[in-house]
Amino acid sequence: MNGAQPFGLYVHWPFCRSKCPYCDFNSHVADAIDHARWCQAYLREIATLAPRLAGRELSSIFFGGGTPSLMRPETTAAIIDAARALWPGVEPEITLEANPTSIEAEKFAGFRAAGVNRVSVGVQALDDNALKFLGREHSAKEALAALEVARRNFARVNADMIYARPEQTVAAWRSELARLLELGLGHLSLYQLTIERGTPFFGLHNKGTFELPDEDTAAELYEMTGEVLTYAGLFAYEVSNYARPGEECRHNLIYWRGQDYLGIGPGAHGRLPREDGGRSATANLRRPDDWLAQVELAGYGIGEDNVLSPAEIGEERVMMGLRLAEGIAEDIIPDKARLPRLIAGGFLECIEGRIRTTAEGRLRLNAVIADLLG
Amino acid sequence: MTDLAHIRNFSIIAHIDHGKSTLADRLIELCGGLTARERRDQVLDSMEIERERGITIKANTTRLTYTARNGEMYELNLIDTPGHVDFTYEVSRSLAACEGSILVVDASQGVEAQTLANVYLAIDANHEIVPVLNKIDLPAAEPDRVKQEINDVIGLDASDALPISAKTGMGVDEVLEAIVHKLPPPKGDEAAALKALLVDSWYDAYLGVVILVRIRDGVLRKGMKIRMMGTGAAYEVDEVGVFTPKPLKVNELTPGSVGFIAASIKTIADCQVGDTITDDRRPAAAALPGFKPSQPVVFCGLFPVNSDDFEKLRDSIAKLALNDASFEYQMETSAALGFGFRCGFLGLLHLEIIQERLEREFDLDLITTAPSVVYKVHLTDGSTIELHNPADMPDPVRIAGMEEPWIRATVMVPDSYLGAVLALCQERRGEQLDLTYVSGRAMAVYRLPLNEVVYDFYDRLKSVSRGYASFDYQIEGYHESDLVKLSILVNGDPVDALSMVVHRTQAEARGRHLCMRLKDLIPRQLFKVAIQAAIGGKVIARETLSALRKDVTAKCYGGDATRKRKLLEKQKEGKKRMRAIGNVEIPQSAFIAALKTGDN
Repeated sequence: MNGAQPFGLYVHWPFCRSKCPYCDFNSHVADAIDHARWCQAYLREIATLAPRLAGRELSSIFFGGGTPSLMRPETTAAIIDAARALWPGVEPEITLEANPTSIEAEKFAGFRAAGVNRVSVGVQALDDNALKFLGREHSAKEALAALEVARRNFARVNADMIYARPEQTVAAWRSELARLLELGLGHLSLYQLTIERGTPFFGLHNKGTFELPDEDTAAELYEMTGEVLTYAGLFAYEVSNYARPGEECRHNLIYWRGQDYLGIGPGAHGRLPREDGGRSATANLRRPDDWLAQVELAGYGIGEDNVLSPAEIGEERVMMGLRLAEGIAEDIIPDKARLPRLIAGGFLECIEGRIRTTAEGRLRLNAVIADLLG
Repeated sequence: MTDLAHIRNFSIIAHIDHGKSTLADRLIELCGGLTARERRDQVLDSMEIERERGITIKANTTRLTYTARNGEMYELNLIDTPGHVDFTYEVSRSLAACEGSILVVDASQGVEAQTLANVYLAIDANHEIVPVLNKIDLPAAEPDRVKQEINDVIGLDASDALPISAKTGMGVDEVLEAIVHKLPPPKGDEAAALKALLVDSWYDAYLGVVILVRIRDGVLRKGMKIRMMGTGAAYEVDEVGVFTPKPLKVNELTPGSVGFIAASIKTIADCQVGDTITDDRRPAAAALPGFKPSQPVVFCGLFPVNSDDFEKLRDSIAKLALNDASFEYQMETSAALGFGFRCGFLGLLHLEIIQERLEREFDLDLITTAPSVVYKVHLTDGSTIELHNPADMPDPVRIAGMEEPWIRATVMVPDSYLGAVLALCQERRGEQLDLTYVSGRAMAVYRLPLNEVVYDFYDRLKSVSRGYASFDYQIEGYHESDLVKLSILVNGDPVDALSMVVHRTQAEARGRHLCMRLKDLIPRQLFKVAIQAAIGGKVIARETLSALRKDVTAKCYGGDATRKRKLLEKQKEGKKRMRAIGNVEIPQSAFIAALKTGDN
């Protein structure tokens, strides 16, 4: 298999027990789920689309959602087995997103047995008031207990956190972080709270029910986070992702490096090679029932399959790649006219043919990308 | 043809909303000018914008046939005039075409500044004036107070003013009788050489340029070769007619009558309001008095928001100009706004109307630069230039002196707002000439520089008087003034579209105001942006737009790539509407908002 290009498999489980008010992911609350039927549908879609990645190296499987820890471990096992049979070779990274409730923690051993070797736990906060505000179903204590169970079961554990919450001070976040770092996890995803269109928070925020920290505070929180994590030995290999060297999430690196991925399940996106050498951007039907019905009828649930132009491929590589500390190869930038000004301004740097953001540039990445690609 | 004794030519003078058009509608109805099916409100205002705003822009006439109580039949020619200060000259020419006026005053509101200005024009035209109190049926009507006001303010005996309600028709028949018995018949000599007053002109899709005329002497016939004595243009007359108000073709127009002619005229500029039309073969010895070629007073730049629309704008402006002899334009280029036109107007209303018609009738999005007046610049080499565009201001070292136009302004305002109005006039460099009080209202007469008025005077006056002040003016003349060019710089680069000529004493306040507005309007960038106002090389105000501090998407995974790319496409599309000033991208919306004066 040496020399085969790696790709990732993303599996979307679209169900949650309840919806969090900040979340704009494709998640749904369902009364009853026919697990066996869903399992069959995933297997069918993988089988149908596998030829598009024949002979490639499967380097990662990622169960995302929704709340994939609500899946039956048998379902994850069946999907993992099927994928490994289709793409035998080196052992892939197999991540599952989990909520830190006691019910789900009890299932961790089952997921390990199914082949999962990494969990990403949606802790979100270690402050009970904040957890309530975020609409989470667990307490801080329960989350810490679930992380303990996770560490006993999996060699690699990530915690997802949301900060820059309303009225959160730099000092309060610093102590919350310190408590988290005591656990000695190898990977942390630390996101600043973003108000997304279509979520309950969007309406509440517009009405002025709560206010986010201002830009200066948000910047300060971000910079402090970077310092604290660096001191703890976790490096910001991406805008919001921090890891000990070697602990980086292989699956997410596939997205940021512009490599291929196959998306399975409702609303999953994919980037697949085309026979003519081009690249497809696929998006599955979003509504669980629609996806399920189409897969059972046609074998796959893709709703859109668009050919990306070379310019679009380049733009995506730049947009995604500049999120990474490693940056991008200079020659993938479609038009370098704006580059000198951004380098002179101290937002980008060029080292041995690679373009990377500086700390200042990373903090303003949207504007840098808009300028560079505009 | 009617003998002179049975012709009456009249116009109606009124402040906006005092009921001029409604009265005209009633008069037409009573004289049977239109069938019930043809009736609608504001019959004489044909433009959509006239009907919508309740104003008259173009002069219009209608011939009414009226059988008076004495049993005799009269031909009444109603000449509907624009009433706005921008069109004072046009109004004076319309009034010169008649012998009398009906002065309509709202019985609850009383005399307003516009009424006053137009009444004086009628008095200047030696009109017999019949005062009429309208809206007498409203509970708020105070006929006695308003009669007194007409007496005191205008100096007109209003004791037998006719009480009417144009809306219900009450008393309108008395108006018709008064026209017949109080207004004099026209005079004229049918045997003399042709002398006809050009009242207005416009473009008609079927007839080409149509000219509205009032015959003084002689006869105007179809087939005749006519000559405009002012512009010298000569044409053969294709059609002669009158409006009833529907156009009705006739063979000739005789002295005293009012009608239209069509003569395959290509250039409307040949048809200037106030010119005298004569017989090319037998010209009159002297033209009618009072002709002035049209002279734009206010200038501004009109640019398409979307630069692809330039051709469309050019065609649309050309089409509008066909209809408007007083509208001037020429091409202009701006670094900030691209290709457009520098346009001259009779005043701010005229400007607004043209702008609105372009946007509405031709579906264009426009950017209008700050209106500017015409300055006279005396250069050190002894020559004098007229400055229409602040961007063309010569280097100060070449300027020996400058002059700006001043106006004589009349403001009528309820007592309680007088203080604020006087303060505003003072702040705008006004000099008080007169201040009188009549029944709870004040009339202030000021000398004011026109450039202060075109800046934001109307809006400010409206806001300080809560809309109760009325305002009118006439151009008084040019006076020497200490004027400077105020430039706006973005990171050191001048923004041509925002430069303006201001009085030295106003420069700092204007500059600071503009800088502050731009600071709010320009989105923050990766780099900090200095916004400065300067006179020549000297910076007089400065604001700094700080650089973006944080702007990064927290979460971006496989499913977000498409969304991010689409967002980028949108941003790129948005950039097409940006203008680069030096290294700063400024959205056009910022220019548009900065150019909107009046919001403090």
